[in-house]
Amino acid sequence: MARAARTALLATIATLIAAWVLFPILLISLAAFSSRAQLYSWPRAIFPTPPTMDTILFFLRAQGVWQATLNSLIVALFTIALAVAIGAPAGYALSRFRFPGREGFRLGILATKMFPATVLAIPLAVAYIRWGLYDNLLGVAIVHTALALPFAVVITTSVFIGVPMELEEAAMTLGCTRLQAFLRVALPIALPGLAAAAIFTFVLSWNEVFAAAILTLHNRTLPALLINAVAFAGAPLDYRFAGGFFMIVPAMIIIFIIRRYLMTLWGVTIR
Amino acid sequence: MAAADEVPDLARAGRPRIEWLPYLLLAPSLVFLGVFFAYPLVQAFGLSFLRPEGGLTAEHFQRMLGDTYFRGAITNSLLLTAIVVPIQVAIGLVIALLVNSRFRGHLWFLYICAIPLAISDLAAGLIWLSVFTERGYLNTLLHMVGAVREPLTYLSAEQPVWLYGAIIAAEVWRATAIVMIILLAGLQLIPRDYFETADVFGAGGWRKLWHVTLPLLRPSLQTALIIRTILAFQLFATVITLSGRQVPVLAGEAYFWYGLYRNPHVASAYAVLIMGVSVVITWVYLRALRTREEEVAG
Repeated sequence: MARAARTALLATIATLIAAWVLFPILLISLAAFSSRAQLYSWPRAIFPTPPTMDTILFFLRAQGVWQATLNSLIVALFTIALAVAIGAPAGYALSRFRFPGREGFRLGILATKMFPATVLAIPLAVAYIRWGLYDNLLGVAIVHTALALPFAVVITTSVFIGVPMELEEAAMTLGCTRLQAFLRVALPIALPGLAAAAIFTFVLSWNEVFAAAILTLHNRTLPALLINAVAFAGAPLDYRFAGGFFMIVPAMIIIFIIRRYLMTLWGVTIR
Repeated sequence: MAAADEVPDLARAGRPRIEWLPYLLLAPSLVFLGVFFAYPLVQAFGLSFLRPEGGLTAEHFQRMLGDTYFRGAITNSLLLTAIVVPIQVAIGLVIALLVNSRFRGHLWFLYICAIPLAISDLAAGLIWLSVFTERGYLNTLLHMVGAVREPLTYLSAEQPVWLYGAIIAAEVWRATAIVMIILLAGLQLIPRDYFETADVFGAGGWRKLWHVTLPLLRPSLQTALIIRTILAFQLFATVITLSGRQVPVLAGEAYFWYGLYRNPHVASAYAVLIMGVSVVITWVYLRALRTREEEVAG
């Protein structure tokens, strides 16, 4: 009896917490499908009556939104390419070799997680003006890479640890070079994990506001465009809600795809 | 991270020699982080302490300190961090313990609770704006139950408690997930035998939590506290979407000084201040929560 009561209590707490997480997402979705007139009316209905695409279409047709979405995608793709190209070799080295300086490198990588965009963006903006990278999508992708790199290294390390060394060694005894053994044996097995690292990098870049807002002027990414519209241009409510909704949809789909890697990506403990 | 320490020792097989390959593989990361990470960190100090024409100066910091928004920004950043982080750790711990109890459906529960990991501070601010804005869901709900006739204003400097409450609600909602994931990863590292031993000695649920789980979870709690506190000082888009500049915060001021006043020096002074506060707080946590060997066996 006590056990059943305990189970019921746990189930209630879990349900309440899940509702607390999901409810606000439901609300912004309802707002995104309500008309502007309804969003500004009083008394207001909770459900859109009738549901309408007007608000979302208004947002998508607003000046700069399509271009900013495209820019966000370009920046995210550049970031993925850079982060995987630079991070995966380091992850492979950490997973396969024990060498002097290994622990130092791992600690350094962890430490870089702790100085996010706020500190990097402003000095980089000044440097970018000199280097011709200011208001340039590649420049934004570079900062996003700096932010994503620690995660890329950590996840690729764990991915390559999961690929048995013996397979590569076997390939080498059969006449492959080290590189061939890696490309033909280790890489195909590691691909799903690497894809997860790439997808995570996408979310990070897609969501990043501060650096993108500081480093661009005309070539805005979507978050940079939105924060500017909210902070300086006094965007109307329908624009804001549709924008918020538009930003969370891809991110939510993606987090569901990489759910198995959640622990590897974030669950790192400093010991 | 235990698995990472069981790496096969390639370099030691055969005669002792320096293996260059790992260094070659690390080189791109090191070069990249050197140019785009270490350099800007140093440059932040340069911008905030040097005159454009050369020579040290405290002028930029004096401008920052003398600014009308400065006092509010530092107070709000500290206060919001002090309120938000403990709530996040408490809720994050509850969720992690629930998931770790492996009840039926615990994986679905985990995925639902992890959703905010994918949501930006900007989007979270906009989501909670739809709740707290004057014609928002909160007022609509209150009107439906007959508690208000006319919409109340929450997001205004005249209602500081509500304004703060909205920011706290948004931040707790958005960023508890990361605390939860870090603690859950820590919980899964605790060997089951410890709990079985505690059972043998007849320890009840609360005593197990207090005397076994929490001490063993200390390294993860430490990590979660450090990461969350540092991120709390980056708090920016949530506050701007909900309050504009009515609740100034440090990162927000850096944004306004660069984006609005086009002054990279004072903006860098804010960045250096954020960095300084982050380092001090990390150091305090590391000292205060030092893992004592005798308490964490193994």
